Amino acid sequence: MAAIETYPDELKYHAEHDWARIEDGEAVLGITWFAQDSLGELVHFEPPEPGATILKDEPYGEVESVKAVSDLISPLSGEVVEVNQKAVEAPETVNEDPYGEGWLVRIRLSDPGEADSLLGVAAYKQILEEQ
Amino acid sequence: MKLIYEKSKPGRRASSLPQPGLPPAEVPEELRRSSPPRLPEISEPELVRHFTALADRTFGVDTGFYPLGSCTMKHNPRVNERVVGLPGFRDLHPLQEEDASQGALELMWRLQEILAEVVGLPAVSLQPAAGSQGELTGLLLMRAYFADRGEGHERREIVIPDTAHGTNPASVTMAGYEAVGVKTDFRGNVDLDDLREKVGPQTAGLMLTNPSTLGLFDEGIEEITKIFHEAGALMYYDGANLNAICGIARPGDFGFDIVHFNLHKTFSQPHGGGGPGGGPIAVRERLEPFLPVPAVVREGDAFRLDYERPKTIGKVRGFCGPFGVFVRSYAYIRSYGPALKEMSEVAVLNANYLLARLRDAYELPFDRHCMHEFVLSGRRLKREHGVTTLDVAKRLMDYRFHPPTIYFPLIVPEALMIEPTETEPKETLDAFADAMLAIAREAAEHSELLKEAPHVRPVKRLDEVRAAKRPILRYLFGEHDEPEGSDEPRELEAQKGA
Amino acid sequence: MSFLSLTEQDREQMLETIGVDSIDELFEQIPSGVRLGRPLELERALSEPELVAHLSELAARNVDTGREVSFLGAGIYDHYVPAVVDAVLARGEFLTAYTPYQPEMSQGLLQAIFEYQTAICELTRMDVSNASGYDGTTVAADACYVAKHATGRTKVVLAETLNPQVRQVVKTYAPGFGLEVIEVPQREGTIDPDELRQAATDAACVIFQQPNFFGCLEPAPDLAAAANDAEALAVAHVDPVSLGVLEAPGAYGCALAIGEGQAAGNYQSYGGPHYGFLAARSEFIRRMPGRISGETVDIDGKRGFVLTLQTREQHIRREKATSNITTNQTLLALAGLVHLSWLGPQGLRELGETCLALSRYAKERLSDAGFELVFPERATFKEFAVRVGRPAREAIREALAAGVHPGYALGRDYAGLDDAVLVAVTEKRTTDEIDLLAEVLAA
Repeated sequence: MAAIETYPDELKYHAEHDWARIEDGEAVLGITWFAQDSLGELVHFEPPEPGATILKDEPYGEVESVKAVSDLISPLSGEVVEVNQKAVEAPETVNEDPYGEGWLVRIRLSDPGEADSLLGVAAYKQILEEQ
Repeated sequence: MKLIYEKSKPGRRASSLPQPGLPPAEVPEELRRSSPPRLPEISEPELVRHFTALADRTFGVDTGFYPLGSCTMKHNPRVNERVVGLPGFRDLHPLQEEDASQGALELMWRLQEILAEVVGLPAVSLQPAAGSQGELTGLLLMRAYFADRGEGHERREIVIPDTAHGTNPASVTMAGYEAVGVKTDFRGNVDLDDLREKVGPQTAGLMLTNPSTLGLFDEGIEEITKIFHEAGALMYYDGANLNAICGIARPGDFGFDIVHFNLHKTFSQPHGGGGPGGGPIAVRERLEPFLPVPAVVREGDAFRLDYERPKTIGKVRGFCGPFGVFVRSYAYIRSYGPALKEMSEVAVLNANYLLARLRDAYELPFDRHCMHEFVLSGRRLKREHGVTTLDVAKRLMDYRFHPPTIYFPLIVPEALMIEPTETEPKETLDAFADAMLAIAREAAEHSELLKEAPHVRPVKRLDEVRAAKRPILRYLFGEHDEPEGSDEPRELEAQKGA
Repeated sequence: MSFLSLTEQDREQMLETIGVDSIDELFEQIPSGVRLGRPLELERALSEPELVAHLSELAARNVDTGREVSFLGAGIYDHYVPAVVDAVLARGEFLTAYTPYQPEMSQGLLQAIFEYQTAICELTRMDVSNASGYDGTTVAADACYVAKHATGRTKVVLAETLNPQVRQVVKTYAPGFGLEVIEVPQREGTIDPDELRQAATDAACVIFQQPNFFGCLEPAPDLAAAANDAEALAVAHVDPVSLGVLEAPGAYGCALAIGEGQAAGNYQSYGGPHYGFLAARSEFIRRMPGRISGETVDIDGKRGFVLTLQTREQHIRREKATSNITTNQTLLALAGLVHLSWLGPQGLRELGETCLALSRYAKERLSDAGFELVFPERATFKEFAVRVGRPAREAIREALAAGVHPGYALGRDYAGLDDAVLVAVTEKRTTDEIDLLAEVLAA
């Protein structure tokens, strides 16, 4: 049911197991394969409101499995433009396709320079080794 | 098995009530019940059968071994049930005149004196309804104490180890404080270096369980006490693990200022499927003025309720607390007297025996003698055979044991927390150890037995994911689906990890 | 007397397996500086017969409701507890089981909790109930916590006619919750909805009681409407055995319904243990404190029950939990379920009607005997306040000497009522007993 373990090369990563896909001053955010595997099948996604401001390294929402709840830590700062309703209505989508259909929010970046401090796939995989 | 509502039939009734033969009195129309509640309509024979069937599908300490860590599932003496049912206790109204309640007041006073002696702190309140409420009461006492000294503003933080029960940080939030975590070292003790960095003038206190949830007595307790008292902070003792040290060491003597008891753990109040419990607290002299009101006091030969307590934090529960729980705990303690020490010694002996029998087949994260409980890790089984602690727990059910606590404390991966208690016979401990060893072998040779466990309970493994995603929290009458076993097995929605 | 099972031989074998010579070695991890080093100063152990004799002697010095004609209420009531409740609670499986975190071991308990939740939802006409809170006072604090997080507001409004102990407990919890508590005064025994509406501006919730502490019937639908007008949550604190004849909070606009469950199935037991109930509309499901049993299926598709939405609770959510509650009052709530099932809808209605009829009879007899009702214009349920023409405490003492307890002295909690007694009349009282009450008070 869940995806096989992958970490796409073209994404940027955050040590708290979140990814960002950056395009034209906006970023799509989600959680990595490792995060969804640790939590187990998700039963609930508590998103921010569209229009809300979220900040780099701060929590912007929550995901829950049966036995655990986890803050979603934002890799970047910005304004929430869109929330993925599919993730809200069928949270298991995040387990099945964490980088595609299981995206969580799209934001307009307030400081595109922040992307420089994010990790590339090799650096993120290094962190996973150390878990 | 059907719900009681599914056995209901219009017109059936178990109850009979007196008929005073008076003209009916009516409620004003706008306040009148418009449609009756859909309570079950059943006869007494059906009622008794229904609850008997439910009891048959429930496993208690009376049924078998129940080694849940930090829960202290000891045998609940039957004489306690007899005395709590005496009409002088059972049918006594809490607002009865004090002169007509002397037996109840004396019992509470004596229990207070006993609890004070057990932990070495002089002032006791029996009021909190459970351990969590005792915790909250203790934290509110800290608030009141520091406010009284003009230090309320600065002292905003409570230090809690990473092995703490979840109730500790939850209580901290409810008391309006902030929780600051401190790490545990490789010996299973609080990391003193980390602690020194976290304690200062902003600290109101520490919440510590000792022995910890790892079942280990903190070897640095004297140093910990020094650090907090030098900072002018208070020390709170979570008494969940008191069963390990009664008559051997007293939290009041090793530096704690506030202690809560769990009467439903250490002092045999039956767990009742989740409650009731009792969470009395004992405090140092200087915190006594802030205790909840009323206080139970002795005046010569009489016992009274004292409401004149100007510095009290107020009330945390109705009346004097859960009195029926006091009766049982008092009777229990009077059955042991000073031999409470032997109770703790045997609790520790039983736990160390199981540890010795299981340490090779499972992983022991902290290589020390334990106290009344110990923690194993199922990590090796997961790595080598792909079976989790959850699978081990479910398979134990097939061996007719209640599983131990799993996935707690959080710092041990694939944790199994085992507390046998002192009332278990050696044969039971051996049977449990044999089962755990058998399961470790099965993990290597027949792992599907574990993954599909349990096999012999009234239900097979239950789908908790579905329960969370599609909450059905009451019977929906006409709209309720009635799955009563289907012919084809269902694919369980995947459950992973903890 | 002890409850240990090990023999001397067992102990020796176990010590050998562990690899130590004595139990003392196992305690070496406790620094010697903190050891007690002496026996506990407790009285010697009692054998079982001695224990029963001692407890019986203590019990005999209490005057329970079997030994006098009691009209004492004020939140705890002398209602009849049927024999089936005792029979069910004596089952060792229910008595000695733990919280059902391992559902396959506890289906009976989980189903019973689910049935209890259903019963509370039926009584209150709410969508979700928890598995119980500590008592009728702490569930009010719980309701304030829910309201604070649901509305973001930090003020709560309490009716003065809400039980004084409930108000006191809310005020004890309030500073830690960061809440300001406002009280709305009683006007001739009830609350004025317009006054309430004013007070409820910027409030997270309003808590009123039905019937109230004086036994009077509040204009509950108007009070709920007043709270809703101010966008505060309307919370009704209700008597479970009144809900066969009184309208359910869910039917008149309340967000939450709470109360003390004792009157439904528990002995008085000097104030506890009992159970508090808390039920809410479905929008508050994720904010509910306490455990909840939910329905699901097993791998064969068979119906079963589990504790669900556990991520609200302390063992998972820790400092952000909806409550710190862990141990609750399950066994007492089970007693409530058995009692309500024994009653059934007909029995519950009849119970309410009997209380209404008997208490009206009592009001009439006392009025005939020359006593003045404190709130003569108000409809009441099973309790009412009456002036006894002298300090209530005196009247009570005199009546007790004649074997009758007339009720609660209201002067303890309310100004201007030093001569007033709160008289409770349950289905256990007879017209003869009520006649005796009037006689004894008039003497």
